[in-house]
Amino acid sequence: MSYRNDPYDPKQAALLDPAALEAAVDEARQAFDAAGDLDALAALKPLHLGDRSPVSLARREIGSLPPAAKSDAGKRVNLARQSVQGAYDSRQAELELDRAAKVLVQERVDVTLPWDRAPRGARHPLTTLMEHMGDLFAGMGYDIVEGPELELEWANFDALNIGPDNPVRGAMDTFYVDLPGLVMRTHTSPGQVRSMITKQPPIYVVSPGRAYRSDELDATHSPVFHQIEGLVVDEGITMAHLRGTLDHFAKAMFGASARTRWRPHYFPFTEPSAEFDVWFEQHRDGPRWVEWGGCGMVNPRVLTACGIDPDRYSGFAFGMGVERTLMFRNGVSDMRDMVEGDIRFTTNFGMEV
Amino acid sequence: MKTTLSWLREYVELPADLTADQLDSALTNLGMEVESIVDQSATIKGDLVVGRVLTIEELTGFKKPIRFTTVDVGRDAPQEIVCGARNFAEGDLVVVILPGGELPGGFKIGARKTYGRNSNGMICSAAELGLSGDHSGIIVLPAGSAAPGTDARGAVGLDDVVVEVEITPDRGYEMSLRGLARELSYAFSAAYTDPAAIDFAAATSASPFPVTVEDTVGCDRFSARVVRGIDPSAQSPDWMQKRLVAAGIRAISLPVDITNYLMLELGQPMHVFDLNRLNGGLVVRRARAGEKLTTLDGVARVLDAEDMVICDDTGPISLAAVMGGETSEWQPDTVDVLLEAAHWDPVMVGRTARRHKLFSEAAKRWERGVDPQLTLVALERAVQILTSQAGGTVDDAVLDIDHVVAPSTIAVDADLPAQRIGLAYSSSDVVKLLSQVGCQVRESVPLEVTPPSWRPDLLTPIDLVEEVARLGGYNDIPSILPPARGGSGITPAQRRRRTVGRALAENGYVEVLSYPFVAPSAADQLGYPADDPRRSAVRLTNPLSEQEPLLRTSLLPTLLATLKRNLGRGHRDLAIFETGLVFLPTLAVTAPPAMGVDRKPTDEEWKAANAIVPHQPWHLAAAVTGDIAPAGWWGAGREATWADAIEAARVALSAAGITAGRVTVAAAELAPWHPGRCAAISVDGEVVGHAGELHPAVVSALELPKRTSVMELDLDAVPAAPVTQAKKISSFPPALIDVALVVDAGTPAAAVSSVLEQGAGELLESVALFDLYESDQLGEGKKSLAYKLTFRAPDRTLTSEETLAARDAAVAAAASRFGATLRGA
Repeated sequence: MSYRNDPYDPKQAALLDPAALEAAVDEARQAFDAAGDLDALAALKPLHLGDRSPVSLARREIGSLPPAAKSDAGKRVNLARQSVQGAYDSRQAELELDRAAKVLVQERVDVTLPWDRAPRGARHPLTTLMEHMGDLFAGMGYDIVEGPELELEWANFDALNIGPDNPVRGAMDTFYVDLPGLVMRTHTSPGQVRSMITKQPPIYVVSPGRAYRSDELDATHSPVFHQIEGLVVDEGITMAHLRGTLDHFAKAMFGASARTRWRPHYFPFTEPSAEFDVWFEQHRDGPRWVEWGGCGMVNPRVLTACGIDPDRYSGFAFGMGVERTLMFRNGVSDMRDMVEGDIRFTTNFGMEV
Repeated sequence: MKTTLSWLREYVELPADLTADQLDSALTNLGMEVESIVDQSATIKGDLVVGRVLTIEELTGFKKPIRFTTVDVGRDAPQEIVCGARNFAEGDLVVVILPGGELPGGFKIGARKTYGRNSNGMICSAAELGLSGDHSGIIVLPAGSAAPGTDARGAVGLDDVVVEVEITPDRGYEMSLRGLARELSYAFSAAYTDPAAIDFAAATSASPFPVTVEDTVGCDRFSARVVRGIDPSAQSPDWMQKRLVAAGIRAISLPVDITNYLMLELGQPMHVFDLNRLNGGLVVRRARAGEKLTTLDGVARVLDAEDMVICDDTGPISLAAVMGGETSEWQPDTVDVLLEAAHWDPVMVGRTARRHKLFSEAAKRWERGVDPQLTLVALERAVQILTSQAGGTVDDAVLDIDHVVAPSTIAVDADLPAQRIGLAYSSSDVVKLLSQVGCQVRESVPLEVTPPSWRPDLLTPIDLVEEVARLGGYNDIPSILPPARGGSGITPAQRRRRTVGRALAENGYVEVLSYPFVAPSAADQLGYPADDPRRSAVRLTNPLSEQEPLLRTSLLPTLLATLKRNLGRGHRDLAIFETGLVFLPTLAVTAPPAMGVDRKPTDEEWKAANAIVPHQPWHLAAAVTGDIAPAGWWGAGREATWADAIEAARVALSAAGITAGRVTVAAAELAPWHPGRCAAISVDGEVVGHAGELHPAVVSALELPKRTSVMELDLDAVPAAPVTQAKKISSFPPALIDVALVVDAGTPAAAVSSVLEQGAGELLESVALFDLYESDQLGEGKKSLAYKLTFRAPDRTLTSEETLAARDAAVAAAASRFGATLRGA
């Protein structure tokens, strides 16, 4: 394009004057900065960047300049326009940030409001505790066995060396039923008898579950209660293995400082037999020994009754009350709370114990 | 077993400074359960000393005569004490409690000023020391009996320790001073004197009285002696009475007290007959079934053919080993006595005691085992004490009918204890420990061990292992965790119960564990028809409550009782569940085969035995009432309905790994549910349970809130969770189409969904009912079901033509099956 012959008219090119351009830029910047919101800013855009804006008009005047001056003026106008555009953009960005911030403020809520529209229930702590104990032994390679609660008298007593004339049998407070040869199991041991009858050693089992004794319900007794019993029958099993197992169990349940203390005792199904206490540091009344359960080496008579060679195999057995464990471990002071089914008691425990 | 430490010390040289804690731990580690150890001297705290009254000054001008005394209490200066009693003189020995002491009942003694004088302590009466009710004056000790300043507890008999222990059923010998002292001698390595090691008169060929033992199994030893002409008014000496009272046995008369005393001392129960009340000779035999005997407790008893009795010509006069009879018993005028010491079969005594519910002190010992070699020793002691206290002449003849079988010798490997216990007892340890408990040990290979006569519990090698471990010390046994063996983890059924329990808990249900005992009326309350199999329940013969003798056949009665208990405690909105066994009796009521214990039952025996065990499946039940979704700031709550109970069943089945497609919910009618709001829940077409709203009549009978809804599933009937196969996930977009179908109001929505699903073909991804609408505009007896159908192809984006064609096919299927019409069409 050539405007070589165009007469140069300085008045006509007044808008291209560097000072005028600078003033236009300044004016635009001030106007933009003064815009309070994005709408006001948008309204200013035609005035400073539109066709009739000083920088646009100045661009038109470039044509009226002598060729030699055009390049210079063009650069000047472009710079000015970029400055105005830049001022606009940065103000727009500012205002957008402001607006986003305002929205966030407006959208503020009270996060402390409750939202328990679907309240969770809870599992009974005895169930959870039995699972916890069972898992521990499952992890050690034991199987978890169960059996009927209305059980063969033979499996509940005779097979466990509790013959009809054993004083222990009379002292068991057994519930009898109107069917011959059956009792409500007085311990979960018949589950172990069933294991021994149906398989040969090595036997590593625990049997958690319900047992029955005709005690009246009071703060420390319940006619229906839960036990977990363990049985190991294998070659070379000693009482030291029993101690190791119980100490390990105690630590897993009650912390690293837990250990067991044994007192000689009598159970027909084990010999030697012991009752054991556990050192429980977190007891609510201070660290102490707490009676926990009974244990011993499986009486060879029991092995014989279950078809296991007592000369080749030896074994140990142990058992403890789940209610009793929950009572001292979790500070339950009254047995009745565990059996009455008040949801407040159970809900307190949630899904873990 | 209860006794005093001083009596024990007669036979075992216990440390002089033995503390209660040391005694407790020794007894515990010997295998006895310590019930209590009461140090009588500790009932008075501080200094209780002997004092000699030096001076007495009578104080006058007070309401009652008061004495100001000075008393030598073994200190530098005499003690000044004001005293209100007057029964003493200067020079008398009295009992003084010094300032800082405390009398029973928390009465603290201080130094104080009273009646114008200093009083430093108190001169005590027997009542103030808790010895008796005697408050008539202070205690004056015999002159020269003690030195001033020495502890006065011994002088007044407050120096003993009363020990009570529980003996395990295998250790009858510990139910005597003889046995307890022997045990303590092991614990303290102390010298032991056997009270039975005395010279005694041996059996003579002549008998002091005719006796025949007909059953030598029930009575393998019967010994007797006769004393004539005793003073019937002679009383038991104080020392004997004190020991009996400490043991919790009432003093009755000298001859009876002697037998009780010797039972405590030696462990040999005895009996005294009045010689002049016996008619003819004695016969020891089994009772004849139906024979009658009135025992000492005044109860007329009908005897069993297994009971042993002692008879004279009149018939049974004593229930052998358990309790004497009224007619032959010692009486206040008895002058000639027959003393009997026998040995009875423990099994017989145990059965007799249980049969007649007579757990006498004697029966407890017999059942646990009594040394059969004590009869003549006990008779000797009895005769000695009796004649020393009541005179009389001892008949020279001594009866002893002895059929006792000597203990068998047990062969035991010396290393068996180490093998079983895991502690390296040496052979000499084993011999030493077994000898210590009284065994004769022949150091052969294996060891030949003959237990002492008082240890009938030692029969097999493991019994000896136990003695070695016990006396060797349980707490020395090392702690070794056995290496793990391959286990299979928890079973699928166990995992299912856990998952189901967790799922219900996460869905708002709280687990309860109720007793399985129910009342017969529960079946009526739940509206079971007369022939409902759930009415057939196992009955406890000795229930805790006569009202609830049955074992549950459904979880609902006990679950609803728990629901009610919660309602009674003010809970309104409740959702609870229980997992537990129900007891379903088999029809056959036969006894299981008799199975011994000398071998494993045969497969046939075991199978036959288990055939009579009632089926006891795991059931799951839930109950819900009130709001299942609570009201809150978000708005109103939502009341639980039949639908929640059904959903609980669906949640449980889903947690059990049963996909929704395998579960069918169909209308059903079953008590205790509302006939129009009960669903049978099936898996693969098999009914596994029911859910819905309770019948209004049941709600009313059980006084439950209206609309209470429940479900119960037989978890054991639910198939095991399969190995789930992965589903191909399409990455192409879905096409969604809604259809509203008008059908008869009685058409089950589930059936319509299922027909839509079948009709729509493979492109259908899901069908969901999003609206249910009933209105007159639809026509009488009609309803509108609006479904959202989601279509998707695995390999392409569906065209609208394909989608519409699939929708039309679905609608056509519903139309042909249910006469459904498109709403608005």
